[in-house]
Amino acid sequence: MITPNDVVGFVYHEARLLDEQHFEKWLALFAEDGSYWMPLEHGQTDRRLTATLMDEDLLLLRIRVERLKGQRTYSQKPKSRSHHLLQQPQIDVFDPEANRYVVWTAMHYVETRLDRQDFYAAWATHELTAIDGALRIRTKRVDLVNCDAAFGSIQLFL
Amino acid sequence: MTNRYRDNPQAVRALVRDAEVHRDVYIDPGIFTLEMERLFANTWIYVGHDSQVPKTGDFFTTTIGSQPVVMVRHDNGAVHVLYNRCPHKGTRIANELSGNTGRFFRCPYHAWSFRTDGTPAALPLPSGYENTGFEQSETSRGMTPVRHVHNYRGFVFAKMADGGPNFEEYFGESLSSIDNMVDRSPAGRLEVAGGVLRYMHNCNWKMLVENQTDTCHPMVAHMSSAGTAVEIWKQAGEPMPKPMAVEIFAPFMSPYEMFESMGIRTWDNGHGHTGVRHSIHSNYSAVPGYFEQMVAAYGELKAKAILDENRHNTVYFPNLMLKGPIQLLRLFKPLAADRTLVESWTFRLVDAPDLLLERTLMYNRLINAPTSVVGHDDLEVYERAQEGLLTNGNPWVSLHRLYAPGEPAIGVDNGTTERQMRNQFRAWSRFMAEVVQ
Repeated sequence: MITPNDVVGFVYHEARLLDEQHFEKWLALFAEDGSYWMPLEHGQTDRRLTATLMDEDLLLLRIRVERLKGQRTYSQKPKSRSHHLLQQPQIDVFDPEANRYVVWTAMHYVETRLDRQDFYAAWATHELTAIDGALRIRTKRVDLVNCDAAFGSIQLFL
Repeated sequence: MTNRYRDNPQAVRALVRDAEVHRDVYIDPGIFTLEMERLFANTWIYVGHDSQVPKTGDFFTTTIGSQPVVMVRHDNGAVHVLYNRCPHKGTRIANELSGNTGRFFRCPYHAWSFRTDGTPAALPLPSGYENTGFEQSETSRGMTPVRHVHNYRGFVFAKMADGGPNFEEYFGESLSSIDNMVDRSPAGRLEVAGGVLRYMHNCNWKMLVENQTDTCHPMVAHMSSAGTAVEIWKQAGEPMPKPMAVEIFAPFMSPYEMFESMGIRTWDNGHGHTGVRHSIHSNYSAVPGYFEQMVAAYGELKAKAILDENRHNTVYFPNLMLKGPIQLLRLFKPLAADRTLVESWTFRLVDAPDLLLERTLMYNRLINAPTSVVGHDDLEVYERAQEGLLTNGNPWVSLHRLYAPGEPAIGVDNGTTERQMRNQFRAWSRFMAEVVQ
C-alpha cells in the first residue's frame, strides 16, 4: 500500500542517491519503460519534434552511467560532484486505483568540477507508478528555469 | 592595450606556416580583435535561414562576428539585415530572439520608428531637428543596413565590408553541399525546426571549426560515449531493429580505415568537407515512404543521386558547418579569444516524413547539446588546449598530417588529412594580413 509519505520520501531518496553517486541504484528506480526528460522550452509540451536537452530511455541512461565509470572518460577526469537542495515535494496526483502518482518539486542544483561551480534552479516532476509494491519512475521531467539559456557542460543528473 | 599585430601584416602572416600555426591565433586578444575587424567583415557570414522570417515584419536577432544584427522580412519580400541599434542613442531595437514587428521597428526609448529596410519612418517633434545638421548626419538615415546580403536557397549570408570577394566567387563549388541539403526535401525547401541548442565553450572558435574535419579524434575522444553505447547494445544481444540512438553513436567508433577512405575535399577560400565517398551518416535505416516521395518529386535517377551523396561535415569558412544528410547546421559564434557560443540548428525537409526531423533532433541532442556525452569530451579537449597553449614550451600547433609541399587549394584527399585545416588557415592568413580592396 503506497502512502503519500512514500511518494515524498521517494523524491528525497532519489536526490540522495544522485548526490552520493550511487548511479546503479538510481537506475534501478526507473520502470523498464521509464524515461528522463529535460525540455528546452519553457512549458514545452511536444517531446518528439521539438528539441530537448535530454530525452533518455533506460538504454541512454545506462550509457551515461557506464560512461561515468570509464577510464577514458576525459571530461570526468577529475569527476564532477552534485548537490540537490529540494523544496518539500508536493503531490499533484495520488491515484492508487490508476497506480499513478505525480509529485512536483522545486529545487536548486549545483554541479562542480575543478574550480568551477555551476548553479541551476529547476522544477522536477516525477510520474511514479508502483511495481511489485515499490515506487518506480515512469517519467522524470526536469524543467530548468533558464532552459533556453546557453550552458556549459551539464554532466550529471538534476 | 596596444595590439602588436595591428600594423604588422608580416607578423600576422608569420603566424601561419605551411603546416603549423602559432598559438597566438587561438589565445591572443589582439588577433581576435583583428579577426572581428578583418576576417568577419570581409567574408560572407551566415546570418540565418529565411524560413525563420516567413512573413512581412518577422525578425530574428543574431550576431555577425561581434556585431549585433537583426534579420527581417521587408514588405517587398526581401530579407534585410540591419545593425541592431537605434541611430539615435544606440538602444537595441529588436530585443527578442525572434518575433514580428509589423511594418515598423519602434525604439522603446524615444519612439523613433523605422521601416523594415531600416529607413526612417517617423520621430516625435520633428521640427526640433530643423537646421541642426541632423539631416546631413548618419543618424537621419535610420537603422544602418549591412551592405551586402545574399539569400542562397534560403540561407542568408551577409558581408559587412565593401571589400572582399562577391558571393559566388567566395563560395564557388562549395554551395553544392547546401544544394544537396535542400534537394533532400521533395519540395526543394527547408524550414528551421525544433529549436536551437546553445552550448558555451571556453575556447577559441577556430578549435571548433577545425574539429569538424578532424577525423582522427572520434574513436579516441568519443570512446567513452559511442564506445560504451556499442558495448551496451552488444551485451544486450544486439537487439534489432537497432535503436536509433545506437545507429547514431556507433559510426563514431568506426576504425581509422573508414575515415581514411571517406575522403576530404577542399575548395578555395577555406571551404571543404569530409565524406566524399561515404560518411558516418551513410548507413542509417531507411525512413518509410521517403524514397518514394523523392522519386515522385525528382525521378528515380536524380532521387538516388541526391540521396547517395552522404557528405559528413561541410565547413563554410570561417564559422559555419553544415550536415546535409541529417539537415543540421552549427554556427560557431566568436565571443572572445577564449570564448565561443556554439549554436546547433535543425531543419525540416518540407513534405518529408516527420521521422527524419525526429532523427535529426535526436542526433543534435545526443551529439551537440550541453547535456551531450559526446559534446562533453569535445569541450574537455578544447578547453584543455586553450589552457595548454599558455605554456611556453612550444608555441606551435601541428597541422602536418598528410601534408605535401605545394598542395593545391582544391582537391580530394585521404579522409584523415589535416589539409582542410591548412586550407582554412591559408584563407585566414589572406583575409587577416592583406589589405582587402
